[in-house]
Formats: sequence, C-alpha cells, structure tokens
Amino acid sequence: MSVGRWLRNRPRALEWSYRLMLALMKPARGLASGGELRWLDRLLRPVERLSKGLVFDCRMCGQCVLHSTGMTCPMSCPKNLRNGPCGGVRLNGNCEVLPDEPCIWVEAWERSKKMAHYGPAIHELRPPLDWARQGSAAWVNEMKGMGEPEPEGWSSRAQR
Amino acid sequence: MSRVSFEERLRSGKFCVTAELSPRDSADPEVVLAPARTLAAVVDAINVPDSTGANVHMSPLACSIMLHHAGMEPIMQLGCRDRNRIGLQGDLLGAAASGIRNVFLITGDDTSVGNQPDAKRVFDLDSAQLLHTAEMMCDQGQFLNATRLDPPPSFFIGAAANPFVPPYDWRPHRLGKKVEAGARFIQTQFCFDVPRFVSFMERVRDLGLHERAFILAGVGPLPSARVADIIRTRVPGVVIPDAIVDRMAGVPEADQGEEGMKICLEIIEQVRQIEGVAGVHLMAHRRENLVAEAVQRAGLQDE
Repeated sequence: MSVGRWLRNRPRALEWSYRLMLALMKPARGLASGGELRWLDRLLRPVERLSKGLVFDCRMCGQCVLHSTGMTCPMSCPKNLRNGPCGGVRLNGNCEVLPDEPCIWVEAWERSKKMAHYGPAIHELRPPLDWARQGSAAWVNEMKGMGEPEPEGWSSRAQR
Repeated sequence: MSRVSFEERLRSGKFCVTAELSPRDSADPEVVLAPARTLAAVVDAINVPDSTGANVHMSPLACSIMLHHAGMEPIMQLGCRDRNRIGLQGDLLGAAASGIRNVFLITGDDTSVGNQPDAKRVFDLDSAQLLHTAEMMCDQGQFLNATRLDPPPSFFIGAAANPFVPPYDWRPHRLGKKVEAGARFIQTQFCFDVPRFVSFMERVRDLGLHERAFILAGVGPLPSARVADIIRTRVPGVVIPDAIVDRMAGVPEADQGEEGMKICLEIIEQVRQIEGVAGVHLMAHRRENLVAEAVQRAGLQDE
C-alpha cells in the first residue's frame, strides 16, 4: 500500500489537520486579501504539488474541495466528477474506466462517513470548475478568499 | 402519443411508459423514424440517446427535432462526455427553441468503453452541474455566465439513477443531490435485481424524493442468455444477477427470447407495486417491436 493511501485511509486525522491548517490560514487571509500574491503562488505551487501529490494524488485544480469529498481528490476520478460517482461503478467497487483501481467515490463515501465535521458536505452541490485555475496553488486561492469559485450565473440556491 | 404532454401525464397519476430509441446509423430520416413510430404507438415519450456506450451515433438534438416534427414526444438525452459547458448550453437552448421540452441529463459512459476509444473525453461539467445549469436557464433565465435568455426555456428535466452498483447506501442521497440540482423525473438503469431496488426505494421514500421527482424503473426483455451475459460484462453499470441468466440458460435457445419477455413482464409487475414508482422505462436494443409487445402484454397501453 502506498503512503498516500495509508494516509487517506485515516480521514479523521486528515480532517483534523485540515481544520488546523484553516485556523493557521485565517490570519493570512486578512493580510492576503486584495493582493495578487503572484510571488506566494510561485513559492507555494511546488510545495503544494509535492505534498498533496504524495498524499492525495492531487492534480492541482487550484480549487481544492478535499474536505468536502471525504479527503479524496475528485480530480483523480477519470471523469473529473465533483459531485459523486457515475453509474458505471463495478460490482467490486472498482472504476468503470480503470477496472483495476477502486472507484475514488466509493472510497470518498466510506471516508466521509468517518468525518464528524466535514463528512456531510459530500451531499452539497459543488459548482463547475474554473479550468483557468489549473496548476495554481489552491492554498493561495484559499488565502485570497476564493477557494471555490463559481461561474457568475451559478446560483447556490441548491446548496442546503 | 396524445397531445397531453409526458409531464402532464405523470402529474395526472398515470403509470407512464417511456422507451429508448436505438440509434440507426443512416442519413435517411425514414430509417430513424420508422422504429420511432413503433415506439410512439405504445409509449408516453421516447428517449433519444446521446451516443450511449460512447459509440458514435446521430446527434440527439437533431434526432429529437426530427421526432418532434413527426408528432412524437422525445426526451433528449445529453451527456457531459462530448461537449463542454459552451456546447451543452447551446444545445439546450437550441432544443428549447425547436420545441423540445424533455431533457435527460447524464454524465455519460467513458470514451474508453466505446467504438472510438482514441477520442478525447471532455467531462467539463458533471451530471449534477449540468442539471443545475439547465434548471438555472429556466428559473433564473440565464446562462452560466449570467447572459440573459429572453425568453428563457422551460424544460422538464430528467436524470439517471443507478441503484444497482456501489456505493449502495449513497445512491439514494446521490439521487437527492440530482433532485436538489433540478431533476424532476428519474429513469433508472436496468432493474433486474428487484430486492435491491425495493430497499433503494425505501430510502428514497424516507428522504421524500418520490414526492419531488417522478421515478421510472428501467426494464427490458433480454433476447438470450448469451446476450444477457455480454450485456452484464460489457455495458457499464448494468447488473444482471446469476439467477436471471441461469433461468434464461435453463430453457432451449429458441425459447430464451420468450423467457426474457416473461422475466421482463414479471419485473414490471413487481416494480409497479412499489410505492413511489411512477412508471417504467423500456430498453431493448434495436428491438422496438419487443417494447411494443411488452407494453401490450403488461397491460400498460392506453385505453
């Protein structure tokens, strides 16, 4: 088993560390708001790519929603689904596209059930991706208060 | 098909029947319309698939317009595999302006399972996002970028559900997310595992979803044990329990088609008894006459 999977199967610990990270980011948020922060983005990109790549198989979408998807990266789903599994999941729980790999959403669901704080967030409707952010540091976007952007005409009415 | 719309029929409490039109690879409209007429005589609305199984076929928008002009009621399927959000919204508005009211919005089978696996997959939106995009086009009267639609479309929006594959305990909630996103009717994947469907519907009723969306169970006659086995191994998401395949294989090959029809009719009868099931959705690849036969033998035809 890879180190990443070993860690991913400890969603409670990951959730705890995410909350800690958010708390640490809070003061940075105030300082960062308004700024372009290109230098910080350039600085943190490789750090984020390496660390989240190792732990989550992160694809650097730049709009991280890990905590709301059972600490499982939705971009590692071959269909890039952000709102749950497709109808092609195999009876053994494996992926329609990658028959030898587990469906990441099957894993996400099991992990989310163990997450006391963010677990239920898996039921919320996630908005379409901003593909222009591909490759940027989600941490910096989060500091800028733009962690999960929405298209201008997207209404979050459905998020309850 | 009468002038009363599919949506109105569901609202009136009629146990509705929809069926999937198998694609015909022809540039002659008559080749497409002839099997569609066979279906139209017995069903409430006809699903026009969007290159299912990632095998290339006629555009569902064009095909739906043809059916509409021929006086039939299409349900235009639209998937996320082949178009990005620009293409999807454009097709939706084009459908509305062409008189198409029913849309069925799905993620779509992956390119790798189809007949052109070398194609690039798109998946810019997922099905839930596409459902909500269509709902916003109607309710907010705008595209995703907030461009106004004057006047906005008015769709009867449908979504898919597959209760028969993991993660089973998430599937009712996944349906709930689609209803929340805008789905008003649901067609399920092939239902051959009725006990699984019964427990799924129990949870759906607990969540009150059957009161917010009309749920049609996917059914169909299997032509033979051999084909049943091919379908369950090759078509993503289709689950056919061993008991069904064994039962088919247990009769002489010449009688397997009739056995498949009997199984289909039994399943229709069983799902009809389940509270919250508003109809059935029939699928029989290129065998529209069998759909007509199933509807007649199940006693589902209009008086």
